[in-house]
Amino acid sequence: MHLSVPCYWREVSTRYRLEGVKCESCGKVMYPPRPRCLKCGSSKLSRYKLPETGKVLTYAVLYEAPNGFEFNLPYVIAIVELEDGTKVLSQITDCPPDKVRVGMAVEAVFRKVAVSGDSGIIAYGIKFRPIAP
Amino acid sequence: MRKVAIVGAGMTKISRHWDKSLQYLFSEALDKALAMTKVGKAEAIFVGNMCAQDLSRQNNLGAIVADYSGHLPASSMRIEAACASAGAAILAGYMAVASGLYDVVVAGGVEKLSDMNTRYVTEALGKASNAEYELFYGASFVSLNALMMKLYMELYGVDRTPFAEFAVLMHKNATVNPYAQLPFEITLDKALSSEFIAEPISLYDCAPIGDGAAVLIMCPLEDASKYADSFVEVAGVASATDTVDLASRDDILLLTSTKIAAEKALNMAKTSPDDIDVVEIHDTFTIMGFVSLESLGLVERGKTPQYVKEGVFEKDGDLPVNPSGGLKASGHPVGATGAYQVAYLTLQLLNAAGKMQVPDPTYGLAQNLAGTASGSYITILKRGR
Amino acid sequence: MKPVKEVGIVGWGSYIPKYRVKIEEIARVWGKRGEWIKDDLLIEEKSVSGLDEDTATMSVEAAKNALKRAKISPSELGAVFVGTESKPYAVKPTSTIVAEAIGATPYVLAADLEFACKAGTEALQCCIGLVGSNMIKYGLAIGADTAQGAPADPLEYSAACGATAFIVGMASSNSVAKLEASVSYVTDTPDFWRRPGKPYPSHAEAFTGDPAYFKHIREAAQTLLSELGLKPSDFDYAVFHQPNGKFPLRVARQLGFTKEQLMAGYLVPWIGNTYAGSSVTGFSAVLDVAKPGQRILLVSYGSGAGSDAFSFIVQDAILEKQPLAPTVKEYIDRKELVDYSLYAKYRGKITLP
Repeated sequence: MHLSVPCYWREVSTRYRLEGVKCESCGKVMYPPRPRCLKCGSSKLSRYKLPETGKVLTYAVLYEAPNGFEFNLPYVIAIVELEDGTKVLSQITDCPPDKVRVGMAVEAVFRKVAVSGDSGIIAYGIKFRPIAP
Repeated sequence: MRKVAIVGAGMTKISRHWDKSLQYLFSEALDKALAMTKVGKAEAIFVGNMCAQDLSRQNNLGAIVADYSGHLPASSMRIEAACASAGAAILAGYMAVASGLYDVVVAGGVEKLSDMNTRYVTEALGKASNAEYELFYGASFVSLNALMMKLYMELYGVDRTPFAEFAVLMHKNATVNPYAQLPFEITLDKALSSEFIAEPISLYDCAPIGDGAAVLIMCPLEDASKYADSFVEVAGVASATDTVDLASRDDILLLTSTKIAAEKALNMAKTSPDDIDVVEIHDTFTIMGFVSLESLGLVERGKTPQYVKEGVFEKDGDLPVNPSGGLKASGHPVGATGAYQVAYLTLQLLNAAGKMQVPDPTYGLAQNLAGTASGSYITILKRGR
Repeated sequence: MKPVKEVGIVGWGSYIPKYRVKIEEIARVWGKRGEWIKDDLLIEEKSVSGLDEDTATMSVEAAKNALKRAKISPSELGAVFVGTESKPYAVKPTSTIVAEAIGATPYVLAADLEFACKAGTEALQCCIGLVGSNMIKYGLAIGADTAQGAPADPLEYSAACGATAFIVGMASSNSVAKLEASVSYVTDTPDFWRRPGKPYPSHAEAFTGDPAYFKHIREAAQTLLSELGLKPSDFDYAVFHQPNGKFPLRVARQLGFTKEQLMAGYLVPWIGNTYAGSSVTGFSAVLDVAKPGQRILLVSYGSGAGSDAFSFIVQDAILEKQPLAPTVKEYIDRKELVDYSLYAKYRGKITLP
């Protein structure tokens, strides 16, 4: 995990609880959060809890990994479109890569993402798994 | 604001240059560029580079290249905009000359990706994405492009064939490019059966890892004939940005930064997409080539697969794309790529591109991207008179 | 033991990872006959956590299931305890990770507890005390483990992964089960232990039976029943710690409980021993099917050693809360078999240089 401790910690509640921001002026939802609205530039933003279910918009199956993720190969990176239209990038977990489909219904789960070697911190985040039919 | 010309263009071959450091590569390219001109020393240097601090453990690149290439005490700075670093350096060079602050400016880029093992290169290149929300989840740069490719395939109902056909064309073009890293033909079959890096992107959808440097010499247009026998005019330059992380974009297959920068640059050059005779676009991956052409307004959305098949993009086609072989086959030393694109176009417009030459071009457009088009740098060149 | 205020369980939830490895597959690698081991342990297969799971992630899902059933806001939680012997960090609380992930921070007491397989019921005891003394309104008690089984050791066949969470609050129309009383019985009995820096625990084999498991469970259970003036037949369900399939059946017989009373909470044949998650997940499975008015006995066992025994009376609210989150059975039925090589990779027995 390449982020320093403060860098990781800063975004913890955003990543652990899938919280973004919503612009009070124009209603645009942003995840990751920004200090200013992407659409209208307003700084009047409030904490916004994103829905935890959605559909796979697109995905890729990785056979080569950046440093620290080799052990997890092959894994799936996807953009999920949540119930409210917000798009989020993460991994698809608990699903064999050849079973992932565009349009697949998924739900958010709290999972381990990476570790900083064997003496550094453990990074957690939100991944998505298929919703059991 | 003064108009700007390019009087010299120099490139090293793109390869794994085990024996040459960043500063040696830059010096070699600079010497080649200067050899086309009567210019002695540079007043200012803008060197594009993305990975020096990660893969060469070297910051302060501006000073080092000025030092090693024999151009002290020129003003010299490194410009970083991920894989558009050189395109940005060219924009900076343009501003330096156009403003009247400098007369003779060196703008280019240099990159070495081969000094460290692949996992470190992947990590370094991954920094073009959002470190906290994309790379954090193990989304390699390849995988982000793969997300676009999968979406394109679903939306337009195409399989990997058109992408492979584009790769075959790039390789064909590179066979006559003396600077290309991969100057050999590939078959469609080979492209389609190559291993997946991040499915659906396979090995032959990807630009290779290599080192290189490319340099342009810029000066005021009105003085160009003082510095060289022939020159090209920088008719339009523009740049725009977009969200870094892919998921925050409204239309994942539209490179908004390219669309906006292209409109601005075309406006500045007083041309339209139809006037463009040759393009060097940013095909880090075949998919990026497709969405670039479509976002530039050169091809209708979703039509690229059809045009690839019809041969529209061949050197002698209606719209020659990457006669150099593009990033796919000429190579992609990331921070230098933008300068290679402009150097190739300069040679094209000077009718000095050898076997790469497209028939009598007047306008050439280079499109250089940062990451997944979180930044676009468009340079439009016009044949000099 | 009983707090001054009447307390109950307001919400409960579990999580079991989807991967399973069969006993005969483990036996194959170590040159044993699978059928002998299965007959000996009465275990078919055990649950295996995935590469991206650990005690913290399992606890979060179990806690979220408990919150769904409790129908309270996570900020109303005054305490979060995670009882486990497989902490992701040797030093740094798991409970703060869980508290942050569910939104219980910052005004919350958080701590990790360790007492081998009974750390989950201790967490429950702590919450009972804090709620019952009016110090907090609701407390979250979790028992969870990704148990480490040493390669080729007999315990490798049973060491499994799972988590269960309870939210304790005042007994009310919102609680699903009222606490009648509890007894904790503890001695210093070193039957199973792990020294710092060692990846796998050690144990004293047969010594973990009579002087350890059986003695402590019997003493705690008999004392509880005697204090309450109850007989085994007064209970509809009994849940004991399940290190293998035989021990709980034997201790039930010794205490006078029938096999039928055990069945709803008897999970070990299909998921193995989830350690600090074991007896509490059995209890969770009982809550998934129990009816108002029924009485449940829960007796844990933790090596080291000790037992916590509880008696609960089921309340009306349970019926509307059962469907609010996935049941233990749903998690047990959701499974994907892996072979020993993937099991070893997922459980960290193979690492990259």
